[in-house]
Parts: sequence; C-alpha cells; structure tokens
Amino acid sequence: MATYSTNDFKGGLKIMMDNDPCSIIENEFVRPGKGPAFSRVKYRNLKTGRVIDRTFKSGETVDAADVMETDMSYLYNDGEFWHFMDEETYEQVSADSIAVGEAGKWLKEQDKCVVTLWNGAPLSVAAPNFVELQVTDTDPGLKGDTSGGGGKPATLETGAVVRVPLFVQIDEVIKVDTRTGEYSARVKN
Amino acid sequence: MALLHQRAKLYQVIRTFFLKKHVLEVETPVLSNSASCDVNLDSFATSLRKDGPSLYLQTSPEFAMKRLLAAGSPCIYQIAKSFRQAERGRFHNPEFTLLEWYRLNFSMAELMDEVAELLSLCFSSELVIKTMSYHDLFFSITGINPHATTIEELMDYASAQGNPEAATICGESIANGLDYVFSQYIQPMLLKEQVYFVSHYPVCMAMLAKLTDDSPQTAKRFEVYFNNVELANGYEELTDADLQEMRFQQDLKERELAAQAKVPIDQNLIAALRAGMPACSGVALGLDRLLMLMSQAASIDEVLSFPVERA
Repeated sequence: MATYSTNDFKGGLKIMMDNDPCSIIENEFVRPGKGPAFSRVKYRNLKTGRVIDRTFKSGETVDAADVMETDMSYLYNDGEFWHFMDEETYEQVSADSIAVGEAGKWLKEQDKCVVTLWNGAPLSVAAPNFVELQVTDTDPGLKGDTSGGGGKPATLETGAVVRVPLFVQIDEVIKVDTRTGEYSARVKN
Repeated sequence: MALLHQRAKLYQVIRTFFLKKHVLEVETPVLSNSASCDVNLDSFATSLRKDGPSLYLQTSPEFAMKRLLAAGSPCIYQIAKSFRQAERGRFHNPEFTLLEWYRLNFSMAELMDEVAELLSLCFSSELVIKTMSYHDLFFSITGINPHATTIEELMDYASAQGNPEAATICGESIANGLDYVFSQYIQPMLLKEQVYFVSHYPVCMAMLAKLTDDSPQTAKRFEVYFNNVELANGYEELTDADLQEMRFQQDLKERELAAQAKVPIDQNLIAALRAGMPACSGVALGLDRLLMLMSQAASIDEVLSFPVERA
C-alpha cells in the first residue's frame, strides 16, 4: 500500500483515515514559537461527506486511498442500482442510492458524469454542472409575465422539483444548475 | 515587482531607524562550525571539504551577534538570511530573512517599546498595541495556568477540543504542549489589527532568556503577534555561561530522545558568555512575514523573489 507523508499533503490528495477514504481539502504547515512542527489539515470523508479538522505530526505518514475519479455515462436505473459505463473501457459499474446521492435526481440516461471509485466500486457520483430536463408538470403561467418575479414549482422528467419563472410551461426543456438546484435558462427547441 | 520595491523601501526605513539610534549594522557568518541545539530546529548541514568537518547554515544570527557583544561591540543589528530545514508552508520558506538586533542595558520592556516604535514606522500609522503576560492570555482562553500545568492537562484540553492526536505531536514535553495549545486555540483568537506583545513565558520555554526573581518565576521572553501571525521573538538575554551551557545540554538530551541529528554546542558562544557579555536585550523579527502583513499577502511566496521550489 502506498503511503503519503505530511510533506506530500495538498488539496485533492486521497488518503485513508479511520478506514474510510478521504480527500484533503487544505493543509497548513505550522511551527509555533519554538515548538514542534505539525500540519493542520482539513479533509473530507468521501463516504459520509463530513469535513474533519485534524493535526498531524510533521513527517507522519498515512496510507493512500485507491480513489479515482472517472468520466462515465449513466445507463439506467434498475429500481435498486444505478448503472454507469466507463466510456473508454466500456466497463460497467453499479452504484446504490447512497453513492448516487443528490446526483440521482438530475441524471437522465446517457448523461455524462464523474463517478468516484474506491477500490473499483462507486463511492459517489457527481452530476454534470448543468443538465437539460423536460418539465412534466407545473401550474399554467400568467400571460405576459416574462421575468418571473416569484416563480413556481415545476416537476421535471427525472422527478426533481425546481422553482421556475412563471412563463415556463409543461413540455418545455429547461437548463438547471445542479450545484445549486436552481433554474438557469429555458432551452429553445 | 511592486514587492521588490516595497522590500527595498522597508530596508531603507529599518536602516534609517537604527542609524538615528546609533545602532551599528553588522554582518556575521552564515556558515558556522556549530548549530542551534533547539530540539525543534533543524539546521542545514554541509561540510568544509568532502569528508571534512561539518558546517551548519545558521538558523538565526543570534550566537555570532552575542559573541560580538561580548567582544565589546556597541548596540548592533543585522538583516540576516537564516535557514531552517523542513520548514515550508504559507508562512515558511526554509531560507528567510530575519532582522535581529541587540540593545545594551535595555530591559525587556524597553526593547518591546522599541519594537512597537519600529512597527509603527513600517506601517506608517499608530498601531493598536496590546501587552499581555503569557499567563493572562493563556489562562483567559483555556483556564489553564501555564506556569503550573502538566503535559496530561494540556493534552486533555487538546482532546476536549477535538485533537486527541496532539499527544503524538507533543510527546512528553510541557513546552511542546504549551506551544501546541497556544498555536491551535489561542493564536486564532487574537483580535485582528492589534499588535500583541506576549511576555513572561513559562520557565520551560526560556530558551536564551533570563529568568525573573519573582514568584512564580518566569522567563524574560516575549513574542509579537500581528493579525494572528507570529512576527518576532525577543529575550532579555541570559548572560550566565554555566546556565546557558546547562540549557544546551538539556536541549541535546531532548534531541537524542527525539532521534534528532546530533549537533555540536557553540562553544565559542559559551566562551564569550564566560568572558562576560554585557546586560542586554535582543529580538529577531521575520522580515518576510512583516512584508506579508504590510502588503496583505496570503502567502510568503508573494513577497519572495523566488520561493524554494523555484530557487
């Protein structure tokens, strides 16, 4: 198993902490007064998403985590698992709803996304930043409203519900920012 | 480019400041036959010739400057390149610049006033100065008396704050424990835009400082913090050769326990102290960090012409 010393620590490095794969967010070298050098590290547990602060003795080593971010396309959901395919190797992986998480409500078949694999198994799925989805249900809008002051809820083809401007109608396709879950634009066909 | 000019201007301000005060600029060797014994400092080592005796890059110009004082120099200052192995981060480059100066017959309080005066000049504004004893600051935030604590108490405190791993960093050393707790939980609480002069350190952190006669006994050592950055460290200097040699021996024992490289004690310094060093106070101030604060730089790299990776 590869190991990293605190000297290698930097944002994005994947390490094993308490038997879980983690990603380092930031690392600050500290040498107080005449005291012992240490690293002040912030990292995210990739399984739970929790951000943890911890200090490490300078030069201390930790195991590397076999974590890879892979571009994949989403194939289908069989009711229990979500299936993805590596576009280069055509290898397929299946992810449970915990790994898919929030991304699930934005994914449409054939969408490209980034699947984080830990020891080859999906750990998390990141939806594309923007997705284009059809509105399947929303209240009829008011004529003449172009700005959409207050907005209204709309249900999309994947089941996700977002607030849209009043002028958006059923069957129209809209662009959504998946990072904020907000309506971004109407897509003209 | 702007920072090159700013550094040049800062050096002008410093040199004019000391010229007016009749403090002599000196230069001492960067390469020395001996090294700092401090358990938490690692000197870069090289050698005179292949297979020749070891030489060390200075971690600060302190020892050589003290030898000048013992040899009868007046008050002196130096802008000195200093080197510390394995120190690299947002506030550290292994090669950095110290402004170090010594004032004959100055008490610690007088030197602290002079540091404040210089800083006000550098920032061309009246700075808000806050002077606190190490005890008062430490106690007000942690409820721990730093002069009568144990490593267990300090590590329990760190654990309660979510850092049980502190014990592996600090080992058995109370000084390490105090430094850890201070940098983790106290330094971040210091108010921005205020210059903190923290003085009267616990005896175990005396390093090269004189001790007070009062009770509890404290070390006449001070540190300066500005915008949460540690900027300077000063002492009313220990002039007792025997005591200094004992502290160095103690340091070497700690180095051995910590499996640190063996280094030779600076016998020239001990001899100088034995011959008689006048009463004085001295301080080392990090000029790169001062420039960072003056230019609001987020990283030391911004104020260096070339950080170590590109040097």
